[in-house]
Amino acid sequence: MAASDKDTPAPIVRFDTEPSRYRHWQLTTEGPLARLAMKVDDTAPFRPGYALKLNSYDLGVDIELADAVTRLRFEHPEVRCVVVTSALPSCFCAGANIYMLGSSSHDFKVNFCKFTNETRLALEEAGDRSGQRYVAALNGVASGGGYELALACHAIYLQDDGSSAVSFPETPLLAVLPGTGGLTRLVDKRKVRRDLADVFSTLAEGVRGKRAKDWGLVDDVFPKSRFDGEVNKRALALAEALPAKKGPGVKLPPVAVERRDEGGKSRAEYRHVSLVVDRAKRVAELTLRGPADEPATSAEAFRERGVDNWAFALFRELDAALLDLRFNCPEVGLIVARTAGEPERVRAHDRALLALAETDWLAHEVVLHMARVLKRFELSARSIFATLEPGSCFAGSLFEVALLADRSYMLDAEGGPRIGLSPANVGPLRMANGLTRLETRFLATPARVAALAGEADLLDAAGAAERGLVTFTPDDIDWEDDVRIAVEERASLSPDALTGMEANLRFAGPETMETKIFARLSAWQNWIFQRPNATGPRGALTMYGRPERPEFDWRRT
Amino acid sequence: MSAVINSDKIPNNVDLASDKKLGRALEAWQPRFLDWWREMGPEGFQEDLVYLRTAVSVDTDGWAHFDYTKMPDYRWGIFLTDRVDDRRIGFGDLMGEPVWQTVPGEHRNALRRLIVTQGDTEPASVEQQRRLGLVCPSAYDLRNLFQVNVEEGRHLWAMVYLLHAHFGKDGREEAEGLLERRSGNSDKPRILGAFNEPCNHWLSFYMFTYFTDRDGKYQLLALSESGFDPLARTTKFMLTEEAHHMFVGETGVGRILERSCELMRKNPSEDARAEGGIDLPTIQKYVNLWYSVSLDLFGGEISSNAASYFAAGLKGRAHEDRYPDHRALEQSLTLDVPGEGLALVKQDVALRNAMNEVLRGEYVEDSQRGLDRWNKILEKAGQSFRLRLPSTRFHRAGGIYAGHHFDPEGRPVTREEWERRSGEWLPTAADEAYVKSLMQTPIYEPGKMAHWIAPPAKGIKGMPIDFEYVKRQA
Repeated sequence: MAASDKDTPAPIVRFDTEPSRYRHWQLTTEGPLARLAMKVDDTAPFRPGYALKLNSYDLGVDIELADAVTRLRFEHPEVRCVVVTSALPSCFCAGANIYMLGSSSHDFKVNFCKFTNETRLALEEAGDRSGQRYVAALNGVASGGGYELALACHAIYLQDDGSSAVSFPETPLLAVLPGTGGLTRLVDKRKVRRDLADVFSTLAEGVRGKRAKDWGLVDDVFPKSRFDGEVNKRALALAEALPAKKGPGVKLPPVAVERRDEGGKSRAEYRHVSLVVDRAKRVAELTLRGPADEPATSAEAFRERGVDNWAFALFRELDAALLDLRFNCPEVGLIVARTAGEPERVRAHDRALLALAETDWLAHEVVLHMARVLKRFELSARSIFATLEPGSCFAGSLFEVALLADRSYMLDAEGGPRIGLSPANVGPLRMANGLTRLETRFLATPARVAALAGEADLLDAAGAAERGLVTFTPDDIDWEDDVRIAVEERASLSPDALTGMEANLRFAGPETMETKIFARLSAWQNWIFQRPNATGPRGALTMYGRPERPEFDWRRT
Repeated sequence: MSAVINSDKIPNNVDLASDKKLGRALEAWQPRFLDWWREMGPEGFQEDLVYLRTAVSVDTDGWAHFDYTKMPDYRWGIFLTDRVDDRRIGFGDLMGEPVWQTVPGEHRNALRRLIVTQGDTEPASVEQQRRLGLVCPSAYDLRNLFQVNVEEGRHLWAMVYLLHAHFGKDGREEAEGLLERRSGNSDKPRILGAFNEPCNHWLSFYMFTYFTDRDGKYQLLALSESGFDPLARTTKFMLTEEAHHMFVGETGVGRILERSCELMRKNPSEDARAEGGIDLPTIQKYVNLWYSVSLDLFGGEISSNAASYFAAGLKGRAHEDRYPDHRALEQSLTLDVPGEGLALVKQDVALRNAMNEVLRGEYVEDSQRGLDRWNKILEKAGQSFRLRLPSTRFHRAGGIYAGHHFDPEGRPVTREEWERRSGEWLPTAADEAYVKSLMQTPIYEPGKMAHWIAPPAKGIKGMPIDFEYVKRQA
């Protein structure tokens, strides 16, 4: 496995797709119900070298799932319940493909798991906040990641046919852990008793039928002859309990981007976003451009602009740029974030959007999307510095980028940059811990958050520093050196130590299921994945499918 | 341990009387088994007296004791071959270590799965065959059917004993499950595909006992090598009974062939169907069907489960002692694996991962031997037609060939060709209807045979062919 880190040049990963190009999923809608059926094309792995047997998945399968979940929200507002099921006989989903994991580099595996987790959370959030609930119809065996997908759904129904089961075979068979929040959701979300969860998680063949229901692993079981009918009835009831949305959906076109190489740097130019990667320095410069137009102030006008509404467009592009960085630029350790534009315009767009979001589902969806992209940003295992320079527009929703950065530098000069807050900073764009970034920043002094919420004016460097909103405010004599040295110093530190340090510092405050999932993925799962008992020459993951049996180092830490 | 089977409530040679807990558990299971037998066993013959073989001891001769018995009174019991002193694990990573008398925790789930999968086939075949008595071709055949049925019932007992004795509460629940699943019921199907296929006429019954019970033989041979000694000893004894089932299948098909040849001679255009018999091409189609669904029972050609069962000493090869090397770490097996389009590509598979294929290979050879004897019948009758085993790639629903199409010679064909031609290779609805039309009325009169089958060469246990093998009480 170590060899593959260096030997195989990682192919470029792209995330654009749409239902007519899906190889692995069938998406159909009928009235308030959608059916998302998994039928993985085993001959179409994301990278050559393994077959996706038994609805096992890899990044390619999950990219399509993520696309479907996003499109259902924006393109199908009429859908209020999504039934996730399998179009293969007697198999729901076998989870992440073992041979894919065995042949992937560590950073790819981690990013794959993280992306998969983000999709699971998005699916969960659609049920909680978008009036679009997911129901898992397990018409076959759901093991590992397959059951984890089900766990992210609002309800789980299992076919009672003597062979369909739910299982977590990771520990007994592979000596690793379920990688997409399964263990956490078992006890935190479904509140399965921990002793039963312990038994379940060491039983490779899993649990079937009535016992699965008794243990709380599924919500109900039905015999095969009644399964589709019973699930449909419940899905329809769930859908009908949710309010219908007004107005048609908005089609999501591909995110347009132009890429070019500029003497050792590669540039990706989107409409509102630029990403310039300096591979030698291992630094990416990210620039977000503020709006040039006036915001839409009516639901009709907002819908007419659709994906061209500034915030919608910018955050879709930012999402694409972040995924590009994660998967295609593993050696870039530091993102320097900048903005360009007029702070007041950003604030005007925020206010208009949030006002619309109170009554219009599409505006509400756009706000949720922004929140998800910002979370994706701070969940990226890269250092983030924000530099606030003249002509920048770190205001409102874009100031969230300065807040999520590990530190920020704001030029203190005549005609220098100014920042400002908007309603976007005090509620709608919450972090994984359930708090706003301001609340997380000022855990020691909650009163300051309330005071800042009333701050209507733009602030210069001195004002921002006084309120604790930026880290450093060098003047124009020091600026260039200070920023350069900070960047160079950061890029020289151990990437592993930085990842751990940043994750510890970024998510202060309360734990939520979401923070637990990511923290445990980063700490436990990734640690176990690196240990010889899993991936050493005689580790269980290495030996899986081979004739010999694994050998363990029995010492506990 | 004793070779003598005692006369306890549950006949056994495992000294059940001294294990009160196990005895109670099995006594609680017994009435449920009888309920199942009455509900799902042979329909309409439960009160009849049947001339059956019953085991009275596990000695070479003692297990073959013949007498009239009502099927529900059959002495289903628990018989293990005698323990071999200082038996050692004969293959895999633990080779040379003493065999286990109790289940090792590490392998508990895998062993339970092996036993439940094997156990599930036993009641399944009884269920599949439960209505065959109503259309039997002779009293002799009726008796053979019931002999097969009661012995499958006893094999269920053998597996249930292991579950009760060694797997605690889970084992008892699995034992219940074995009585709850139903062959062909989509809500609670039997575990393996072939055991949910309908077996509703006698041509299929003979093919089933020839091909599908032969899978059973090879599974039992592989399990009788197990390092889990109670499993090895249980399956060894089951093998003695399984042999009779294949005898029923081989002679049954042989007698049909004989009769078909006779009828062909009578007909100017050698048309057996015109004479009310089963024509040879139709018999070939049933060979193709039952052979291919039975091949699936061996599991995937490339299997990590098979490798780990072998490595752990749970399931060996048939007649493991005939192989020169019992670790099977160095060798590989070359398989033809479906590649792009219709191509087949050679792939070397580590031998342990190919253990299912090794066992299947032995099965193929063994199947061919009986086929050769059938062809001798055709040859003797002056027919040029010969039966053939189709390629192991043909009509597979599991393993690497599933989802691809091959003709009986194993040549890849397109889906279109398969759909166009599969009626030449496998029984069609019309073939099924024809075969069933021959078997509308049962023949219970001793010595009399249905029109489409020849009488057997000899009766059971030295009795004449016209002996009253089943005394109807109705």
